[in-house]
Amino acid sequence: MYEKITGENAYQVPMRIYPAVHYTMGGTWVDYNLMSTLPGLFVLGEANFSDHGANRLGASALMQGLGDGYFVLPYTIGHYFVSSKQPKPSASHAEFKKAEADIKAFTSRLLSIKGKRTPTSLHRELGKLLWEKCGMARNEAGLKEALKRIPELRAEFWKNVNVTGEGGGLNQSLEYAGRVADFMEFAELLCLDALERRESCGGHFREEFQTPDGEAQRDDQNFAYAAAWEYQGPDKAPVMHKEPLVYEEVHMSTRSYK
Amino acid sequence: MNLTLKVWRQKNANTPGRFETYQARNIIPDMSFLEMLDVVNEDILARGEEPIAFDSDCREGICGMCSLVINGAPHGGHRGTASCQNHMRHYKDGDTITIEPWRAKAFPIIKDLVTNRSAFDRIIQAGGFVSVNTGGTPDGNALPVPKTDADLSMDAAACIGCGACVAVCKNASAMLFVAAKISHLNLLPQGKAEKDRRALNMVHQMDQEGFGNCTVTGSCEAVCPKEISLSFIARMNRDYGAAMLKGR
Repeated sequence: MYEKITGENAYQVPMRIYPAVHYTMGGTWVDYNLMSTLPGLFVLGEANFSDHGANRLGASALMQGLGDGYFVLPYTIGHYFVSSKQPKPSASHAEFKKAEADIKAFTSRLLSIKGKRTPTSLHRELGKLLWEKCGMARNEAGLKEALKRIPELRAEFWKNVNVTGEGGGLNQSLEYAGRVADFMEFAELLCLDALERRESCGGHFREEFQTPDGEAQRDDQNFAYAAAWEYQGPDKAPVMHKEPLVYEEVHMSTRSYK
Repeated sequence: MNLTLKVWRQKNANTPGRFETYQARNIIPDMSFLEMLDVVNEDILARGEEPIAFDSDCREGICGMCSLVINGAPHGGHRGTASCQNHMRHYKDGDTITIEPWRAKAFPIIKDLVTNRSAFDRIIQAGGFVSVNTGGTPDGNALPVPKTDADLSMDAAACIGCGACVAVCKNASAMLFVAAKISHLNLLPQGKAEKDRRALNMVHQMDQEGFGNCTVTGSCEAVCPKEISLSFIARMNRDYGAAMLKGR
């Protein structure tokens, strides 16, 4: 597989290994039954925040998908079904009509901008910004700079993106532009959360908080919590809810890779 | 490197398609085939035209979404390789490359190089459920599976359902795909309870969808990105035959 991708034989040439963006840590907030803040919307696997904290190990997607699907959901979703009688939803419901109108407005807005920049170029610029300011090592100054730059980039996206084609049939540029629009919001939240957490832990390495020999320094006194950010609507600051990490049987300790 | 592409463009299933010629400029040999298309699409978009629609997802050869017939061969004709893992170093500067969608009656074109492969989903659905005991999670190793069966089942389960087997077959037969899916479950004790019904229903659905039959040329095995063995078709025929004789 390695040879197929790189064209190099790892038995003859040293393997080239470099860091890359893989997943974002965390996910949608759920309760212990894996139900989100929307009644009846259960979130399984890595789409939820429950199993992974500041770090995530390889192959975890499979682990969490199986764990949630095998051990949790079979026991909780049935309870929801029998304990809450919901009327059959219909497409004439006011909320459905509102959602449909919102989506139509969103797509026609994207298609009508007809600017000069492709969604890819804006996506790349955002990606590079995050890679540099909210990457493997981040600091307060860099995060603040990113938080200043992202709204500007988002404004440019909504003013100058070029999405070709129509909304009726398959339009991959439109799909992609819709995702980039989401990334523009999500990137800001990532940086905000990284700025707020004044400690280093797992994949979050704040340069200001390290041991003398350059290892991550946690602050369990002040930051032993999961941060759940509540969306307040477009262009409004999200609100943080703290879920304290309370352990009864195990004690928090620092893992050493030495 | 610079290349000339002849790409199949088609607005939708009801509009006739045609080949369009594009220039792929400044392509780096380490790019994958799909990354090369991304570069071409950026060029097209910069000119204000509609980019080439093509399917892709994981881009690491495990999801089965990419589906390009490259120079007449599904996925480009490199052994055990999906389009996404076909790299540009296999081509020479100045080459002309022809890119087409999967062509089969059962895979109608949605747009350009994107085809509708829902027929495969309906075949899988026709396979139905696997009986399990509800209640607590069973103990590990409570259900012994012979090593040879586990290995064979795993080989069948490697099928990513891309449809290259159908695209290359002169009969547009889906037998390699269906055989892999049937064998995957029929080989395991968990899948034994519905073995006969599964074989009958999935083969029936395959015929309903308009896929052709197998004449054992083996072209499917040759282009399969997961190198699924032709012998699974023999196994499927045996399972199907046995189910027919039992009359279930």
